[in-house]
Amino acid sequence: MTALTALVGGAGRAALNQLYGVARVCVLIVDTLYWLVAAPFRGKGLRIRAAVECFVEFGYHSMPIVGLICFLIGAIMAMQASYQLARFGATQYIANLVGVAAVRELAPLMTAIILTGRSGSAIAAEIGTMKVAEEIDALDVMGVNPTKFLVVPKFLAMVAAIPCVTVLAMFIMILGGFVLSTMVLSVDVGLYIENTAGALQLKDFATGMTKSVFFAIVICWVGVYRGFQVEGGAEGVGKMTTSSVVTSIFFIIIVDLVFSALFYFAV
Amino acid sequence: MGMEQENEYAIEVEDLVVRYGDQTVLDGVSFQIRRGETFVILGGSGHGKSTLLRNLVGLMRPFAGRIRINGQDFTAMSDAGRMEVRKKIGMCFQGSALFNSMSLADNVALPLREHTKLKESTIDIMTRIKLELVGLGGYEDYLPAELSGGMRKRAGLARAMAMDPEIIFYDEPSAGLDPIVAAGIDMLIRKMQSTFNLTSVVVTHEMASVKLIADRVCMLRHGRILAMGTLDELAASDNPFVRQFFERRPDEDQEDRDDYLRALTGGSERTAPGPQEPEDGR
Repeated sequence: MTALTALVGGAGRAALNQLYGVARVCVLIVDTLYWLVAAPFRGKGLRIRAAVECFVEFGYHSMPIVGLICFLIGAIMAMQASYQLARFGATQYIANLVGVAAVRELAPLMTAIILTGRSGSAIAAEIGTMKVAEEIDALDVMGVNPTKFLVVPKFLAMVAAIPCVTVLAMFIMILGGFVLSTMVLSVDVGLYIENTAGALQLKDFATGMTKSVFFAIVICWVGVYRGFQVEGGAEGVGKMTTSSVVTSIFFIIIVDLVFSALFYFAV
Repeated sequence: MGMEQENEYAIEVEDLVVRYGDQTVLDGVSFQIRRGETFVILGGSGHGKSTLLRNLVGLMRPFAGRIRINGQDFTAMSDAGRMEVRKKIGMCFQGSALFNSMSLADNVALPLREHTKLKESTIDIMTRIKLELVGLGGYEDYLPAELSGGMRKRAGLARAMAMDPEIIFYDEPSAGLDPIVAAGIDMLIRKMQSTFNLTSVVVTHEMASVKLIADRVCMLRHGRILAMGTLDELAASDNPFVRQFFERRPDEDQEDRDDYLRALTGGSERTAPGPQEPEDGR
């Protein structure tokens, strides 16, 4: 009897905790949207300067690493594609494969994963540290809304920065494939460019960009949510920072799946 | 409800009950703080002083009871209303809680930039005045990490004073400071109170500070008010715990257990610890 009670009680508590988490995420989402969309029209202002600073940090400063990784991935894809395509003497189709895979899938995904590690974790750590040091409380007592002050600028910056970096990533990933194919696998330069241009459609680009916007939203909200969850001291900050990266990557894959399916079946 | 200025009391607390889970941290606390007085909340660690302060500034909502600030019911207010009230209160945090990524000037200017439409040049002047006030003139461009603990506390006070508040709260203002620096902070608290006729609420356990700054003192023990009055009244008290605190004697094990049982049984007299009492309902 007690074992049964404990089991049912445990399940109930776990469910309630999950629901509570969902409720808190909803509050965060509504709060962000209010301070982003509604509040500026009521004369409560938007911190544009802070958003620009975050944009530079999330976007501009992540360009070298995103560029390097995407170049290498483009080259790797070309090699892997050639491994199969060469058996059919179809190496010129590497261009199609690399181009479509980069634009539809890999460039947005790699950018999102790199920015999760680089900026999503930084958001969680920053907010977590501020919470531990009572800085969030200080904002509250001053009558400054923490969502307005901390979350909205980061949200704006992230949603603007990730699509920009993704465009760069697409271009460089194709460039990586191009360089390896033409210089190592001796594919004709003109043919590669022609095939790439022929394979890519506007729809592919739209798929990639749509995903990147939603990845940005996921990265920002997960980072913020985990940051606000921090309790205790430095250990809590470390735990939630790690957790923000894991959660964020998980949801990025889920969003990726949903939008891939949507564009595959519906559009 | 009367308008703000007609009210004699800056803060009124009625039967405040605060719980964490099923643990009661504050149990029926009531007091009033007059305008312009320095009210010290005294008590040992873990007796509910910080919780009380967090409730007074609205960082926590109480389980029951009422807090009025300037005659307005702070506990029943909407978030927007609380934000308005908070523009008139300032708080100095124990760890100063300065924003580490911003210079001192930006820290002090933050509430002004957020709440007023003043020109940047005006804000600049006001920031300098506030920093000058706490003895940090010339440190505008320093980052919090470049300052000593005492200077950070002063900067925190400058930030709390930025909006010219009517009420200011200090959480352990002299914690972690050497006696000379701590005395400096005490003098500053007095100076603020006398210059601006501020209502000050100070949470502390430093008897030396209390003697310098307090108009009235309230002493908390196990979430209840043990004694309240001027320092002289408390010093003349014959309550054993008040005496113990004033004379800085450690707890004796026997006494502690005695007191624990008394707390469990709701204050009934008990001279010697009896056999282990069962805890109700757990």
